[in-house]
Amino acid sequence: MMVEGPVLKYGDKIDTDIIIPARHLKYTDPAYLAQHAMEPLDPEFYKKASKGVVIVAGKVFGMGSSREQAAIALKAAGVKAVIAESFARIFYRNCINNGLPLIVLPNATREINEGDVVKINVETGEITVNGRVLKGKGITGMALDILKSGGIMEYLKKVSA
Amino acid sequence: MTGTLTEKILSRASGKTVSPGDVIEAKTDIVAFHDLTGYHVIEVMEKANMMKIFDKAKIVVAFDHLAPPPDVRSAEIQGNIRKFVKEMKLPNFHDINVGILHELLIEQYALPGQVIVAADSHTTTSGAVGAFAQGMGASDVAAAVITGKTWLVVPQPFKVTLKGSPGKWINGKDVALELLGKFKADYFNGMSIEVHVENPKAFPMDYRATVSNMGIEMNADALMFIPDVETKDYIKTMRGKEVELVTPDSGAKYSDEYTIELDKLEPLVAAPYSVDNVKTAREESKVPVDQVYIGSCTNGRLSDFRIASEILKGKKVKTRCIAIPSSYTMFKQAMELGYIEDLVNAGCVVTYGTCGPCLGGHFGVAGPGEVIVSTSSRNFRGRMGSNEAKVYLSGPSVAAASAATGYITDPRDLQ
Repeated sequence: MMVEGPVLKYGDKIDTDIIIPARHLKYTDPAYLAQHAMEPLDPEFYKKASKGVVIVAGKVFGMGSSREQAAIALKAAGVKAVIAESFARIFYRNCINNGLPLIVLPNATREINEGDVVKINVETGEITVNGRVLKGKGITGMALDILKSGGIMEYLKKVSA
Repeated sequence: MTGTLTEKILSRASGKTVSPGDVIEAKTDIVAFHDLTGYHVIEVMEKANMMKIFDKAKIVVAFDHLAPPPDVRSAEIQGNIRKFVKEMKLPNFHDINVGILHELLIEQYALPGQVIVAADSHTTTSGAVGAFAQGMGASDVAAAVITGKTWLVVPQPFKVTLKGSPGKWINGKDVALELLGKFKADYFNGMSIEVHVENPKAFPMDYRATVSNMGIEMNADALMFIPDVETKDYIKTMRGKEVELVTPDSGAKYSDEYTIELDKLEPLVAAPYSVDNVKTAREESKVPVDQVYIGSCTNGRLSDFRIASEILKGKKVKTRCIAIPSSYTMFKQAMELGYIEDLVNAGCVVTYGTCGPCLGGHFGVAGPGEVIVSTSSRNFRGRMGSNEAKVYLSGPSVAAASAATGYITDPRDLQ
């Protein structure tokens, strides 16, 4: 599974109230949520992301609430993958269930800059950027099976069939 | 035997001996959701055409985030969930007049040694009674509702020991903030924290629930108090039920450990915009405050209102002050003990059983430029309303003292 795109870069502790504020949680429609992704930090985010981008961020990206809309909003806005130094557990699972690949890369914010074009092998975690190959932690095992199935419900149908 | 509490619970739940790092499938003892996530859980089930429930008696539903509904869409969401509950004949349903989900779980349902999964991040709260409790998103919770199982990674165990007794104005929040200030919000990612209380009665269940609740702010996979006599007494008092205690083996191995001396803690706050931006209340004592919120699944319990009423009795608040006990039971007890009367006489606005302004939904949304002192769990930018509002997190003593003076106040400095 390969993913490619230009980088939008953020710092540490990007929380779920930043990714999608609570006032939008009464809806699950991806098109609606996309328009409000990252709103408190950058109201223009959905315009910047619409052509397809990769987010690079620091520690515990997605910390905070269990809102699955955080994964839905980023994906629908045009985010193809997130590379971060670490992820919050619930957000990680939500992304796997919604087809948004995540790569853990220590020092991600030092190795990659805003505007760089990155090419990611989702399974091996290899990231090609500016002619260099960085070794991150890709998605493997059960999480990969769920991602490839299109989320936990489709995975359940497959394994129970 | 060398099993930690985490390993013992997850070994039982998965039917095999587990070690940190293992990916396992665990049986769930309780699966729960509230209004704001519940409709999404049901949507996922409907979309997959899998309207099946593994065990109706093990599903808990409570309305809290949108209780009572602040707008038409919220009322519609609750209506849809009520219909689902009726069609599926779910016995454990709690409408808007009962309480916040996590409070109801510890009052009525959670037991030591259980695996609990709920569609809300603060599910870690049930770790207070020694359950391995994790929040998950709507899809994962829908899968657990259907199958009674969930997949998870066995976390690294970390031990925290609480020594001594906390001072008069110190409670669970100060312990949670001490851990966050010391270790920062990313340190416990991928770990389960097991808390051993040396003097069980010095750190009661209310305080434990606050610390477990804030486990998610530490990004811990779970934050459990090792069950002891306080756990036993709490469940006996609340439910009239004797429980078996599950405890770690004497040779349990932890990846690391840390000791907090409760006697030495000072009243703390987390300053904007991060839960780990921890300072003493005295360091922030010149900050003027617009609104105080005492409540939430973090600090909406009887001892929180005892402390608040002790401080505010006979005074008039100098800020807006919103007080919301986390459940009917907490509200009723606080009423019978006179705490509610003291708060109302002081000028607080009181209701019960709703998450209220914690997530910026209703009952006191923060305006631009306002400063809020809140006993809830998050001070992220925009969390309680305006992106330009500033939220300081504290325990009930600092919150009530701040309401009394109009500035962030250490209760020891009250005249």
